[in-house]
Amino acid sequence: MTTTPAAATAVEQFAPRRRRPLERLQHILHAHPSISPLLVLILAFVVFSAVTPRFASPNSLSLVLQQVAVVGALAVGQTLVILTAGIDLSVGAVTILAMMLAAKVAEGQSLPGILAVALGIGVGLLAGLINGALVTRVGLPPFIVTLGTLSVFGAIALLYTKGQSVQAVDLPDLLNWTGETFPVGEFRISVGVVLVAVLYLLVGYALANTAWGRHVYAVGDDKEAARLAGIRVDRVLLSVYLTAGAVYGLAAWILIGRAGAASPNAITDANLESITAVVIGGTSLFGGRGVLVGTLLGALIVGSFRSGLSLAGVDDQYRVLAVGLLVLLAVAVDQWIRKVKS
Amino acid sequence: MILPGGRRGTLLLALATATCLMSTACGADEGAGGDDNVAVALITKNSTNPFFVTMQDGARKAAEAEGVKLTVAAGKEDGDEAGQVQAIEDAIARGDEGILITPNGPGVNPAIKKARDAGLYVIALDTPPDPANTVDITFATDNFKAGELIGQWTAKQLAGKPASIALLDLFADKIVSVDYNRDQGFLKGMGIDTKDPKVNGDEAKTGSYAAGTYSIVCNEPTSGAEDGGRTAMERCLAKNPAINVVYTINEPAAVGARKAIQAAGTKDVLVVSIDGGCAGVQQVKDGLINATSQQYPVKMAELGVQAIKKIARGGEKPQTTGGLDFFDTGVSLVTDQPASGVDSIDSAAGASTCWGKA
Repeated sequence: MTTTPAAATAVEQFAPRRRRPLERLQHILHAHPSISPLLVLILAFVVFSAVTPRFASPNSLSLVLQQVAVVGALAVGQTLVILTAGIDLSVGAVTILAMMLAAKVAEGQSLPGILAVALGIGVGLLAGLINGALVTRVGLPPFIVTLGTLSVFGAIALLYTKGQSVQAVDLPDLLNWTGETFPVGEFRISVGVVLVAVLYLLVGYALANTAWGRHVYAVGDDKEAARLAGIRVDRVLLSVYLTAGAVYGLAAWILIGRAGAASPNAITDANLESITAVVIGGTSLFGGRGVLVGTLLGALIVGSFRSGLSLAGVDDQYRVLAVGLLVLLAVAVDQWIRKVKS
Repeated sequence: MILPGGRRGTLLLALATATCLMSTACGADEGAGGDDNVAVALITKNSTNPFFVTMQDGARKAAEAEGVKLTVAAGKEDGDEAGQVQAIEDAIARGDEGILITPNGPGVNPAIKKARDAGLYVIALDTPPDPANTVDITFATDNFKAGELIGQWTAKQLAGKPASIALLDLFADKIVSVDYNRDQGFLKGMGIDTKDPKVNGDEAKTGSYAAGTYSIVCNEPTSGAEDGGRTAMERCLAKNPAINVVYTINEPAAVGARKAIQAAGTKDVLVVSIDGGCAGVQQVKDGLINATSQQYPVKMAELGVQAIKKIARGGEKPQTTGGLDFFDTGVSLVTDQPASGVDSIDSAAGASTCWGKA
C-alpha cells in the first residue's frame, strides 16, 4: 500500500469533486449490502404478481414462508460461518443427525418432548464443537473440516437409523408442534416460521449490536489484524461454529414438524441451498462483509422464484437457471464493491 | 522386496492359510457344484435403505435354509457403481456360482459381462439393467402394474366424479424407469391415455378417465422423501385447491403430501402410493394413505438364491414372465376400502407381508 505523490495530489483534488453516480451506487451498496437482494425481491414480487395473480395471495405467500423456513434457519448458521471467511458443508448432515437421534430416542413417547428438542440442539452443539475444534485447534481449513464431517455425521445418522424414518405418530407432540399453523389475518403462519423469525432477530441483533458481533466481522475481515487488536480469534471462531451447530439442531426440529416424519433422506440439497441464500443475500464469501437480513432476503428470493415460476406453469429448471445467474451476479457485485476499499 | 526362499515360502503358506480361514469353504472349493457349497454373492445398491436391508436379511435366511454360502456386499450409496464393480470382481475371484445384484447403473455392465464370461450366473433384483439382457434374468416388481392397480382402484372409488389429479413423481431432472413406470401405470389404470409410456407429463391435461372427466393439475418432483412430498403438494394446491386425487411415487412422499392436505384443510382427497413398506401399511391403517401397491423384496432374494442353487446343481434356468423381459415377483394392492373388480388385501394382511419396520 504505497502511495505515489501523484496519487496523493489526485486525492486532494478528489475531495471537492462530486462523485459520479456509479461511484455513489458503489458506496451505497458497500454501506448497505442488503440493498441489492431487496431490489431483486421487490422486482420478483412485481413480475410474478403481474404474471400470476395467485402468487401474491395470502395463501400462497404463507406457503412460501413455510417452505423457506428450514433453509432459512440453516442459512443463519451458514451466514455466521461464511462471515468468518469459512464455509460449512456439514449443514445437512448435522441437521439430519440431530433430527434422527432426537427422534429415535423419543420414539414411542419414551422421552418427554422438551428433552428430545434439547437433545437435538445438544447434538448440533456437539457437532459444532467438533467442527470448531478442528478449525481452531488443529488449524484445518473449514472447507476440508466440514467436507470430512459431512461424511462422518451423515454416515453415523444412516448407520444408526438403518435408513428408517420415524413417523410423526410415534413422536412426542412437542416435536411435531413446529408444523402447527395458526391464522394471522389472512395468512397462515406455522410455529416453525415464528421460531425462524425469532432466530433472525436474536442473531441479527447480536451481530449488529454486540462486541461479539463486531469480533465476528473483524475475524472474518482480517484474522491477523483482529489478533493484533487483542481479539481472541480462536474463541470467536469456536463460538461461531457452536452457534451454527445449535441453529442446525433447531432447524431439525422445524423440519420434523413440517415433514410429518423424521427421515434420514430429507433435505438432500441443504448445503447448496443454504450457501445460495447467503450469497444471494449479499454476504461476501471472503468474510467480514454482509448482514443477516440479506440472507433472509436471499432465502425468500429463492422461495419466491420457486413458487412464482411453478404457479406460472414454468419448468422448474428455469428456476435453477435463474438462481444460478443470481449467484453469479451477487458474487460479481461483491467483487465490484470490494474495489471501493482499495 | 526379496525374501530368502525359506521365508518367502513361509509367508506364502501363511497367506494361503489366512485366505483359507477367511473363507468358510476352506479347501472345499475345487469342482464347482460340490454337494453342499453353492456360493452366491448378493450385491445391493446400498446397505442403508430399508428395502435393501430387508432384501439382505431375506437372502441370509434363504441361504441358511438352502445350505448356500452367501456373501453380502453393497455400494456405498445409490449410484456407487465402482463399489459394486469391486464386489463383482471379488465374487469372480472367490469362485462363486452366481451373483444377485441390484445394479447402480450402466457402469457395472462390463463387470457383469466379465462375471458371465467366467461362468457365473447373474440375476438382477428389483432394478433391471439397461439393456435387460446384460444379466441372465431379472427378478423384479412390475412397477407399471403396481401403478395400474392403484389407478384402477382410484377410478372405481371416484365412481364417475370428476378427478383433479396431482402427480407427485420422483425427479424432474433425471429419467429413471421406476419413476415413469409407476406414474404412467397409474394413469393407464385410471383409463387415461399416457401418450409415450416412458415420459411423465406428456399426457393431455384434461379429458376423460374410465368413469368421468379428469384434469391433471401438476407433475411435481419429491425426491421420494417426506419433506419433498409436502412441498410438492403445497405447490399443486396453490395451483388448484380442489385436488381430489394424489398419486405418489412412494410412501414417504405420500406422508408429506397428506401433511400438506391436512394443513390446507381440504377434505375427501384420495392419496395412493406404491411400496408396501411396514410404515406405509401402517399409514393405510391410519387412513393417511388410501391404497398402496405392495412389492416383495424378500421374495426377490429368496427366488434368486434358489435359482442359482438349482442351476449350480444342473437344474433348469428360470424363465421371464409372459410379455415382460423380467420375472415378475408379484404385487398386491393394500387398502381398507376395497373396490369391486380390483383384487386387494387389507392393512392387517399387508402388515404380515410388509418389509422394513413400521
